[in-house]
Amino acid sequence: MTSPEHLLADEVTVGYGRQVVLDGVTVRVGRDETVGLRGPSGCGKSTLVRVLALLHRPDHGQVSIDGTPVHGVRYAVPVDLRTRVAVLFQSPRAAADPRLSLDDLIAEPLRAVRTPEATVRERVAELADLVGLTADLRGRRPHAVSDGQLQRACLARALVHRPDYLLCDEATAMLDASTQAHVAAVIRDYQRTQRAGVLVITHDQTLLDHWSDRIVDLAGAARART
Amino acid sequence: MADLATRPPLLHLARSRLRLRPGQTGVVIAGLVLLVAVVGSLLAPLVWPLDQSAVALDQTRLAPSWTHLAGTDDLGRDVAHRAVYGLRVSLLVGAVAALVATVLGGVVGGIAGMLGGRVDRLLMRMVDTIAAMPHLLLGIFIVAMLRPSLGAVIASVGLTHWLSTARIVRSELLSLRTRPFVDAAISGGAGRFRVLTRHLLPHVLPRLALATTLMIPHAVWHETALSFLGLGLPPHLASLGNMINDGQGSLLTGAWWASLAPGAVIVVVTLAIAVLAARWRDRLDPRVRAELHL
Repeated sequence: MTSPEHLLADEVTVGYGRQVVLDGVTVRVGRDETVGLRGPSGCGKSTLVRVLALLHRPDHGQVSIDGTPVHGVRYAVPVDLRTRVAVLFQSPRAAADPRLSLDDLIAEPLRAVRTPEATVRERVAELADLVGLTADLRGRRPHAVSDGQLQRACLARALVHRPDYLLCDEATAMLDASTQAHVAAVIRDYQRTQRAGVLVITHDQTLLDHWSDRIVDLAGAARART
Repeated sequence: MADLATRPPLLHLARSRLRLRPGQTGVVIAGLVLLVAVVGSLLAPLVWPLDQSAVALDQTRLAPSWTHLAGTDDLGRDVAHRAVYGLRVSLLVGAVAALVATVLGGVVGGIAGMLGGRVDRLLMRMVDTIAAMPHLLLGIFIVAMLRPSLGAVIASVGLTHWLSTARIVRSELLSLRTRPFVDAAISGGAGRFRVLTRHLLPHVLPRLALATTLMIPHAVWHETALSFLGLGLPPHLASLGNMINDGQGSLLTGAWWASLAPGAVIVVVTLAIAVLAARWRDRLDPRVRAELHL
């Protein structure tokens, strides 16, 4: 029996001060499946994404990747473990360093792990092509492109390490319909070809139904909430 | 195109070359003043050497004239000549002290902002404590502990002016640290050092450079104040503060010019630096930037 292939948040509890946001939540994202996450505003969907992305330490509970429990968060997580989970944030404006050109934005994770520059350039070109960024756009800084174009670049950045798990936190909420469809299609293709696990948060019920293999209701995922 | 033709061609050329818009004349004047001040004080020993200890007791308290542009003081020394050398000292002290303060404040604020938590609280309480003391008084203590010299004055000004820089750097880092693009960088595999050098410092450095520039006029005033109190450079050396102090005595005998030139120099030069720094600050602020169409 091989180790399980899933990203698991096991009985995770998170509170900010006295406010308990997640109370014993268990969510599993398997390889080769797309899980939709649903729940009312303020029920902790984004917090759950931050916990799964190893960016926020849960008060109780454990995150594990393919059966390997992860200790610590942020810088404390080994780089090869950290880069297996990627996040696509809701606001590309906030998620992009305003000083970097789109090319540098996509290349940054590769350069952070000392990839040879020739490989970086090749991979960036390949991904820019995949998400539909023209050569003209790639040299621009975030303030000179639209939200949709910037989110495409952020998607390319998220995929640059070929992550096993991709977490999309309302990643298409701020985009126009055609960009939304394109971004969703790129993610779906990636999920199929890489056998990746994808977690999708969206308020768009139609998108959720079309996109995900199964839907988890966060209100129902809590342990003792009846 | 109509106004192109009516504008004096030279002015138009100057404006287009410098990308100037009407209303920026003040910036140009400030730039020229500072240029003259810096170049003048750099070249002074070559073109207009001064014997600091020379006196001419047969020429005391002469009113401004063509031979003595700003008159002479009660020891017969040319006020304009000494003011140039006083400015040299003031600019040197101002620039070096501002740099010392920036480095110190940058390091303390950087550590507090990056580590956060207990270290941050400890360092910031320390900053608050020092800030609670009047900084001129603190500066006087520092000079009194050392021997009056250029180094002592620089130390005194530098060691009392790093607090605001530390606060700026700390708060910038604390707010930058929580931005999603830092999360994205960590998630992409960047380590602490990479995040600091690639995503945090580049955002902080322009503000830090601006804080340094804004501090130079303040440091110049501070040096003048120390010299005026007799705690700066040895009295025979020309410094703007020493000269204003010396001029006080002459003032009572009707020789008003002995304090006027050094005082005017200090006001004009520090004002020029402040005008340029304010312009720079406006460029950094995106909202103001939009208004100015930069």
